[in-house]
Amino acid sequence: MSRTHVTDVLVLGAGLAGERTAIEAAARGLEVVILSLVPPRRSHSTAAQGGLQAALGNSVMSRGDSPDLHFTDTVIGADWGADQHVVRLFVNTAPAAVRQTARWGVPWSRITAGERRLPDLAVIEEPEAATGLIDAKKFGGATKWRTCYAADGTGHALQYALDGMVLSLGITVHDRTEAIALIHDGEKCLGTVARCLRTGEVRAYLAKAVVIATGGCGRLYGLSTNSVINEGAGLSLALNTGLARLGNMEAVQFHPQTLPPAWIPVSEGGGGYLLDRNLDYFMPYYQPQNNKQPYRDVTARRMEERIRAGLGVEGPHGPHLWLDVRHLGTDHIERHLKSLAAFCRDFAGIDPARELIPVRPVQHYVMGGVRTNIDGAAYGLKGLFAVGEAACWDLHGFNRLGGNSLAETIVAGMVVGKKVAEFALGEALHYTSTLVAQHLAAQEDRLRRLVAGQNGSENVYALQKQMGQILTEHAGIFRTGSGLETAVAALAELHRRAQKVGLASGGRGAVPELGAALRLPGMVRLALCIACSALARTESRGGHFREDHPNRDDVHWLCRTLAYWPPGAEVPVLKYEPVQITELPPGKRAAPA
Amino acid sequence: MDRRLTFDIFRYHPFTAGTEPRMQAFHLRETPGMNIYAALTRIREEQDPSLMFDFVCRMALCGSCGMLINGRPRLACKTFTRRLPDRITLYPLPVFRLVGDLSVDTGEWFRHVALKTGAWLHTSRAFEPVAPEERMDNETVLKVYEAERCIECGCCLAACAKVHIQPGFIGAAGVNRLARFMLDPRDERSAAQYFEVLGSQDGIFGCMGLMGCEDNCPKDLPLQLQLAYVRRTMAAAGLGPRGN
Ligand SMILES: Cc1cc2nc3c(=O)[nH]c(=O)nc-3n(C[C@H](O)[C@H](O)[C@H](O)COP(=O)(O)OP(=O)(O)OC[C@H]3O[C@@H](n4cnc5c(N)ncnc54)[C@H](O)[C@@H]3O)c2cc1C
Ligand code: SF4
Ligand code: SF4
Ligand code: FES
Repeated sequence: MSRTHVTDVLVLGAGLAGERTAIEAAARGLEVVILSLVPPRRSHSTAAQGGLQAALGNSVMSRGDSPDLHFTDTVIGADWGADQHVVRLFVNTAPAAVRQTARWGVPWSRITAGERRLPDLAVIEEPEAATGLIDAKKFGGATKWRTCYAADGTGHALQYALDGMVLSLGITVHDRTEAIALIHDGEKCLGTVARCLRTGEVRAYLAKAVVIATGGCGRLYGLSTNSVINEGAGLSLALNTGLARLGNMEAVQFHPQTLPPAWIPVSEGGGGYLLDRNLDYFMPYYQPQNNKQPYRDVTARRMEERIRAGLGVEGPHGPHLWLDVRHLGTDHIERHLKSLAAFCRDFAGIDPARELIPVRPVQHYVMGGVRTNIDGAAYGLKGLFAVGEAACWDLHGFNRLGGNSLAETIVAGMVVGKKVAEFALGEALHYTSTLVAQHLAAQEDRLRRLVAGQNGSENVYALQKQMGQILTEHAGIFRTGSGLETAVAALAELHRRAQKVGLASGGRGAVPELGAALRLPGMVRLALCIACSALARTESRGGHFREDHPNRDDVHWLCRTLAYWPPGAEVPVLKYEPVQITELPPGKRAAPA
Repeated sequence: MDRRLTFDIFRYHPFTAGTEPRMQAFHLRETPGMNIYAALTRIREEQDPSLMFDFVCRMALCGSCGMLINGRPRLACKTFTRRLPDRITLYPLPVFRLVGDLSVDTGEWFRHVALKTGAWLHTSRAFEPVAPEERMDNETVLKVYEAERCIECGCCLAACAKVHIQPGFIGAAGVNRLARFMLDPRDERSAAQYFEVLGSQDGIFGCMGLMGCEDNCPKDLPLQLQLAYVRRTMAAAGLGPRGN
């Protein structure tokens, strides 16, 4: 394979956001190349089982739903941290985006007329007129049933359908290829340097427009629900230019109910109870109207409080609480909680119809990412775009609603893909071979020094583990000024050590240790962005909770954090910009029933 | 518990000059809830960071981690050591191109078959953004989903005697993927068009019906049922007039 590839549009990432963007650009006649660490169908998106929010309003339980309600739910859920222009565009586009995927083959679950029994044993009746339309289910934070689903495999079904379109459009995909640096001239992004994960070979990819669609960075944390490849590569690539900005890196979501030791989210649709070591049902102490499903950040805090109060259960993988679904009965569990039952059985050897399920909150989603405008264009570098979890388009503010992330991938892919295409169509490919050679040489030099063992003898995995522990402990569900100061100091030290990694494997070919060593310094910089942004934000909003500043402070903090990393800096520089409030002014945050 | 486990692992980096295939033994003390994913990760991080293997989701959803565990094709993330003897042998899945050690190119194989068989929804109808969706009966949707669920892990192919002797055979997973579109009323291909890609020895008629595939599918796909359905439909299409 030749060392330099030239195309119109280069998409980094083949998850839902990347493939949806690529389809839009290719459908407009552009040549598109997608790079991915793994085959597209193995991307993290396939692991999202739950569903996707779009106000179709088909079910009897969705009656009266509208993009307006979806807007309100999203903004309140975000604790007013979201960009309301973007939310409006998103909620208005989501229904069409979902219907389009039905045309591409997604087997969306459909409504069947007649009576149906719900988890709380209430009975509803779907009318004849709704038969065959796309169904929806209940998700926390939504006033109406709005979460469309494809049985228990929404992400899988979407990914396979989109990848089918990618195949049919003849879009080039280079899988097992890792982007390791962006090529730019200080103003415009021109492409990327990438490493082949089969052979270790280094290549350059040049394009008129480059799209970061590399997903989230949950694996910065020691404990996370994310796929093991979600290490925030795209965020590092952008940050390392010194020009692009990362938005709201302190805004991290923790999933309340994950099953140790693999930390798999297990959702029971709101019908279960959370118990502590005394088998005390503690949620009503905090949420009096117990038929409400509180926001994820609220539930996670209530759980962590119990654990900190010594009321957790000591398990082989650390303290946890119990999720109890036994009262729902074998029949209900086998029929409606199939994937929960399968996870319990296959990954913990538990029968949820008869036994309690150990659960604990761990990192789940990052609301922050490469800051873009409403068109998906990154700040600071022309020709660079970002979509999906890697982006801070700012749909989610400080707390993402369940189901809004899959929806974001296809909506943003549609909207941003069009803008990417328009940009690329009006742009000539301009680069100089010296510039490309310089970028290639810089990366090859990094590789050579690592392989030659010239940097030092630090162990990459040990450092990575320490980073994960620091974040989990100090930048987790509860945060304090002093804890975050400790974290920043410790991470700054780790950042220095991360430059001194020595390889135990020798680093030949595509050995995984070399890849890890290349990624680590960028990952520690992202961890520093999280810790520094969280330290600076002296208020609590959504998933960012400061014990020493427990209230939301709209006077000082109704703003978005922008972090960037000037060349040679030890810590990121933080700037702020206002949050766009166009329709719904800040008010009291209470989860809908 | 408290067993000392021995992992005999196949080692070979075909893209690195000067390396030869060999077996290497690693030892680990068993920990609670240990699966092959946890074990391999520990071996890589603590003993040999050149060890190649593939995990992504670590929850049996992405299909990355198929390998031969004591001779059987299994998802490594879903296989727990407590159900295995003290000595565990790990080989890469056969059939697929070796990337290194336990890592094989299943993605490339499935992509090739998908392109060869046109494994995507074929429709001529344009999308109208403002129109409501076309209705679909949920029973039909569930039938489609039952075949859609395949995570393309390759375990069924590794277990299929026919794939080993006839590399062009698309196997149970390839047939199942096409069945998914045949069951979908939104797909406009005729039986005759499906016959073009399925009605041969590389398609459904290559299957000898020994069911190694279904027995080894970690997602419990009803492969026997899908193979029979496709065989029936294709036999009828093969006998009937060509074209629509
Ligand atoms: C367990 C779990 C369940 C979830 N369930 C739901 C749900 O029910 N509903 C919902 O709305 N959201 C859910 N989410 C969130 C949602 O799944 C993700 O936010 C979403 O799938 C992200 O999609 P993406 O396309 O942005 O990224 P991903 O799907 O993560 O794709 C990233 C892509 O980038 C590639 N890549 C990464 N780095 C590089 C690099 N350096 N070079 C080249 N390629 C690279 C990867 O190979 C991959 O193809 C869930 C999340 C988790 C963890
Ligand atoms: S049919 Fe089963 S074994 Fe075969 S690839 Fe699909 S999931 Fe894997
Ligand atoms: S039935 Fe036998 S020959 Fe046919 S696909 Fe399955 S394993 Fe292969
Ligand atoms: S790691 Fe995804 S199936 Fe095993």
